Amino acid sequence: MTLAAQAETVAPRRRFRGLSRLVRNRGALVGVVVVLFFVVLAVFAPWLATHDPFASSFTSVRKPPSAEYLLGTDEIGRDIYSRLLYGARASLMAGVVSVAIALAIGVPLGLIAGYFGGLVDGAVSRVIEALLAIPSLILAIALAATLGPSLMNAMLAIGIAATPIFVRLTRGQVLAVKTEDYVEGARAIGLPHILIIVRYILPNVLSPIVVQATITIATAIIAEASLSFLGLGQQPPNPSWGSMLNTAKNYMTQAPWMSIFPGGAIFLVVLGFNMLGDGLRDALDPRNN
Amino acid sequence: MLKLIARRILVAIPTLIILSMIIFGLQRMLPGDPIQTMMAEESDPQVIAFLREKYRLDDPVPVQYLAWVGNVLQGDFGRSLRTGLPVAEMILQKLPITVQLATMAMIMAMLIGIPAGILAAVRKNTVLDYIANAVALSGMSIPNFWLGIILIMVLAVSWKLLPASGYVPITQDFWLSVRTMLMPAFVLSTAVAAYLMRHTRSAMLGVLSSDYIRTARAKGLLSKTVILKHALGNALMPIVTLSTLLFGDLLAGAVLTEQIFVIPGFGKLIVDAVFTRDYAVVQGVVLFTAIGFIAMNILADVLYIVVNPRLRHPQ
Repeated sequence: MTLAAQAETVAPRRRFRGLSRLVRNRGALVGVVVVLFFVVLAVFAPWLATHDPFASSFTSVRKPPSAEYLLGTDEIGRDIYSRLLYGARASLMAGVVSVAIALAIGVPLGLIAGYFGGLVDGAVSRVIEALLAIPSLILAIALAATLGPSLMNAMLAIGIAATPIFVRLTRGQVLAVKTEDYVEGARAIGLPHILIIVRYILPNVLSPIVVQATITIATAIIAEASLSFLGLGQQPPNPSWGSMLNTAKNYMTQAPWMSIFPGGAIFLVVLGFNMLGDGLRDALDPRNN
Repeated sequence: MLKLIARRILVAIPTLIILSMIIFGLQRMLPGDPIQTMMAEESDPQVIAFLREKYRLDDPVPVQYLAWVGNVLQGDFGRSLRTGLPVAEMILQKLPITVQLATMAMIMAMLIGIPAGILAAVRKNTVLDYIANAVALSGMSIPNFWLGIILIMVLAVSWKLLPASGYVPITQDFWLSVRTMLMPAFVLSTAVAAYLMRHTRSAMLGVLSSDYIRTARAKGLLSKTVILKHALGNALMPIVTLSTLLFGDLLAGAVLTEQIFVIPGFGKLIVDAVFTRDYAVVQGVVLFTAIGFIAMNILADVLYIVVNPRLRHPQ
C-alpha cells in the first residue's frame, strides 16, 4: 500500500498547486466572479425583484428603461428586470441539471468501456459514434419534440445530447491511466474491479472531466436558450431568457431593450463559464506541471 | 493509401446501422398513435385499417425496421404526414439554401479565424494575442440568435446597409443573393471562427517551436518566409480536416440563424416539422444530417491521408 500512501501525500499538494494557479489566472477569476454574480441574482431573485415577474400592466406596455422599470417592460407590460432575475434561475438550472445528467450517464459508461475494453467497449463506442454523428442541437430538438415542450424535457434532451462527449472523454482518460503501475498494483493484490475503478482510476481521470463539464455548462445554457427561443423549452408565462428573446424579436425596432438585456445576460453568463473552464484547463493541465 | 481509405469507409458501416436503429427507436418512442395524429378528426375505421396496413403498423417492430431501412437505402425517406410530399424531395429542395449559408459562413470563419490565429501565435503574449483571444472567447459565448437580432437592428434597420431578412436564390441574382446572406453567414460563422482561431494558434505555436523552424531561421531566412512557407504548411493540415468536421456544426447552427433571418432552409424545415408534429420529416432530417456528418468525417480522414505523405506512402 506504499503506492497508495504516496498518492495520498502527493494529492493534496498537487490540488493546492492547481488552486493557486487558478487564483493567479485572471481570466478564471473574472469567470468565477461573473458566474457567482448570476448565482446570487438567481438565488435572491424574490428579494431583488422590484415587480412581480408575471404581473402584466396594460398601462405600461413596452416602456423604455426608467427609474420605475430598471430595464423597461415587455409587450404586455411586465417588468424585464424582474423577469430577467427569475430567468436566471431557469438558465443556471438548465446548465447544471443537463450537465449533471450527462455526467451521471456518461462517466460510468466511459469508465466501464475504458476499463473492461473488449466487447463492452466495442458496443459502447459504436453507439457513441452513432450519437456523435447527429449534431447535438438537432438531437436535442428531436428529443425535445419527442418528449414534449417543457423546461424539464429540454434539460433531459440537452443532457442526453451532451452525454457522448463525456463517455468518449472518460474512456480515453481511463485507457491512459489503466496501464499505470498503481493500477497494476491494485489489481495484483486482488482488489475487486469496482474498488479499483472508484478509488484508483476515477480520481485520476477527473481533472479533464471537470474542465469539460464547466465548458459544457456554457453550451448547455446556450442550448436551453435556443430551445426556449424555438418554443421547445420553458413555457410561457414562466420567464426564460431564450423565450424572452423569442417574443422580443417581433419588437426589434419598437422596443430594442426587450432583446438587448436577455441576450446580454446569456452572453455574460456563458462567457463567465467559458473563462472559468479555460482557467481550470490551464490550472489542471498536467502538461503545465 | 486506397487500402486505408477503404478500411475507413468499412468502419462507418456499423455506426450507420446503430444510427438507423437509434433514429427508428426515437420514432417508436413517440407518444400516441401516428395514424391518429395524422387523421385528426377523421375516424372511419376502414380508412384507419387501410393506413395501418399501408404503413405496416401491425407488423412486428423488427419487420417494420427492416422495411424502413430497405426504403431508406432506396432513397425513400417516407412521406410528410402533413403535406404528403416525399421527405427526401423536401430535404433536397431546402438543402442548397442551407449549404449556401453554411459555405459562406465557413469561408468567413476561415478568413477571420486562420489569419487571427497565425497573428496571435507569432505575436504570442502581446496585446494583439490578448485581443485575439478575448474576441475568440466572445465569439464562442455569444448566442447567435441574439447577435442576429442586434445586427438586424444596427445594420439593417438603423444604417440600412444590408437587407434585414429573406432569401434570394443564387441562380436568380448572384450578388443580391450573397448580399442578403452576408449577415446570417457572419452570425453563423462566429463560433467556428473562434474555434479555428484557437486551433490555428496552438498548432502554429507547436510548429514554431520545432527544430526545422529553428534551422530555417538559423540559415537566415526571412521571418515571413519561415512563418508562411515552413510553419503554416504544417500547421494548416489539422486545420483543414477540422474545418470539414465543423461544417456539421454549421448545418446545426443554421437552425437558429434561419429562424432569425427568415431563410426557408433545412433548419426552418425541421423547426416547422416539430411544431406541426410532422415526425416523418423530423426523422428524415435527423437521419439525413447524421449521414451527411458521417460522410464529412470520412472525407476529413481521407483528406488527411491524402495530404499526409507519411500515410500516403506507407512502407
